[in-house]
Amino acid sequence: MALEQQNFNPIENAKSQLKNHNRGWSQKSRESALIRLSSIGLPNHRDEYWKYTNPAELLTNDLHGLAVTDHEEANVFAEVDALKIIFCDGIFKPDLSDEFLSDNISINRLADKGDLHWAQNYYGALEKHSHTPVARPLAALNTATASDGVLIHVKGNIDKPILILGLQNVQAEATLHHIIKIDPGCSLTLLESGSFATKLNTVMEVFLEKGANFEHVRTQGKDHDRVAATHIFSDIKENAKFKSFTLTANGILTRNECVLNLSGDDCVAHVAGASVGDGKTFHHDDTVFITHDAVACESRQVFKKVLRNGATGVFQGKILVKEGAQKTDGYQISQSLLLDDDSQFLAKPELEIYADDVACSHGSTSGAIDEQALFYLCSRGISRNDATDMLTLAFLAEAVEEIENKNVANIIVEKISAWLSRRKN
Amino acid sequence: MLNIKDLRVNLEDENKEILKGVDLTVDAGKVHAIMGPNGSGKSTLSYVLSGKEGYEVTHGSIVLNDSDILEMEPEERAAAGLFLAFQYPVEIPGVGNMTFLRTAVNAQRKARGEKEISATDFLKQVRERASSLQIDAEMLKRPVNVGFSGGEKKRNEILQMAMLEPKMCILDETDSGLDVDAMKLVAKGVNSLRDNGRGFLVITHYQRLLDHIKPDVVHIMADGKIVKSGGPELALEVENNGYSDILSEVA
Repeated sequence: MALEQQNFNPIENAKSQLKNHNRGWSQKSRESALIRLSSIGLPNHRDEYWKYTNPAELLTNDLHGLAVTDHEEANVFAEVDALKIIFCDGIFKPDLSDEFLSDNISINRLADKGDLHWAQNYYGALEKHSHTPVARPLAALNTATASDGVLIHVKGNIDKPILILGLQNVQAEATLHHIIKIDPGCSLTLLESGSFATKLNTVMEVFLEKGANFEHVRTQGKDHDRVAATHIFSDIKENAKFKSFTLTANGILTRNECVLNLSGDDCVAHVAGASVGDGKTFHHDDTVFITHDAVACESRQVFKKVLRNGATGVFQGKILVKEGAQKTDGYQISQSLLLDDDSQFLAKPELEIYADDVACSHGSTSGAIDEQALFYLCSRGISRNDATDMLTLAFLAEAVEEIENKNVANIIVEKISAWLSRRKN
Repeated sequence: MLNIKDLRVNLEDENKEILKGVDLTVDAGKVHAIMGPNGSGKSTLSYVLSGKEGYEVTHGSIVLNDSDILEMEPEERAAAGLFLAFQYPVEIPGVGNMTFLRTAVNAQRKARGEKEISATDFLKQVRERASSLQIDAEMLKRPVNVGFSGGEKKRNEILQMAMLEPKMCILDETDSGLDVDAMKLVAKGVNSLRDNGRGFLVITHYQRLLDHIKPDVVHIMADGKIVKSGGPELALEVENNGYSDILSEVA
């Protein structure tokens, strides 16, 4: 058994899966993803984009984490009136999920095979084009092997956010692939919460037509043993707006990649993340690649990490401004608050610009808590722990402020406060 | 109220003695002023009183209403009734002024075993006390001291003092960086807090603040010690003749 695990090869495993199961309409896309994966190969610690994060944990079939079975804790957005889609250990739970009856939206599952499907031309389409100049092998692996996922086509007005909730009952691995397509002028707020699985590989491909509006808020909760690789891909057309925010706490290894292509003039893309890491086993990696390929687009990357007790944070963020993408407004900031000497933050900001009329700025800082501010708060009677929490929240604020929905933003702030204060008990 | 005995303090990093035996007693209801040239140890005294790190007390004691505060953390000293109005109030981006005020008020209440203040009572009190210091709603909403002018920062200190209702108030060069009008406003705020149960220690370079906050006792500090104490006339003497006369007289 031990030997088998050592020799586990995700590519071979994907091959046999595809041979043994016909996945209906997505079969072809899966087969071509497998060919891509075979040619680019699996990620390796020696690869440029895996230098700071060792992918080995993501490539075994060895599950050593414990399942997080606290279902109440899993749903950070319990107070939000949302349409719920619930997975447990990577398996869809129709009895727990809400029904959708509207002409304005169609929601299907990847696991529904059938022959013809609206998502057929979209499945893997953005992942396919994401491998140059940087390969995304785990995304290709996902396209080839995803067991399920949510396919959302927004065609008109919908009044509620959609919540994808991932519960856990047992130790399990999950590979989910979501497709979001938003028609011209339509909007969607998508919330994601829960741990989903002990080992998770998620891909979300988001297609925004002209003037479409997408807001995504995700929490990756307090499950200590999580090993996760996630990818968000989006193609953003004229005047469309993409926003994504992720809150992460704990976890052994989390790699969140976001690959955005601003392909229509005057579109906007903001991606933000706040993470709170405690302990040597915490490793959180945000890898972002934003391509400006149209005129007068705006992009913002705001990533904040609070690290203590030997935690590690990684940020790799790139803005690529293609020839002709004039009037680009690109902003990138990555900052860490190191609460002790043992924690580390590794940042690699990159700009590559081929147009001459652009404004791009980037900054990266690592700092300790401001002792002057801490003393000031304490001198007013606030305990050192509470004062530290206040300053930590203040540090994370710029990322949290990226959330447009104020109700959701308040929930996130409360969640962070709760996580911070629980540490003290 | 406040009793300081033979206080000797070193800078932690460089084993250099800054305070060389300070003796001072402030009774409830009294305003004491400490004047002195640059580097005499006035600000160090205020920091040591409030519990700032970086100072090593090698000798002596500080007692506030029968409690030895040298053993207390800064937040415990605050809950015991000590308040320092900073010479340079700290800017704290991301923390709203109101949130800060309410957290501080409630933290002190909790430490004293009292009930938290209700949101409506708190709002009412803040509005009332802020308006007498000409602090508008906009300033209350902004992050603590961020983008405040020098005068606004000092008024914000006095607002905190008014909300926390301390027993012993230390004002560290509250007049620095203020024009005459701003100084009058701050002094008015301080005077409105004067009562029989509260002591004040006003640290300043110049006599002019003491025109507006009338002291009962004036101390002259030099080279880490209080070298002379007297009535308000001592401050006038400094104003007219500078420190050198007094210092040569006591030397």
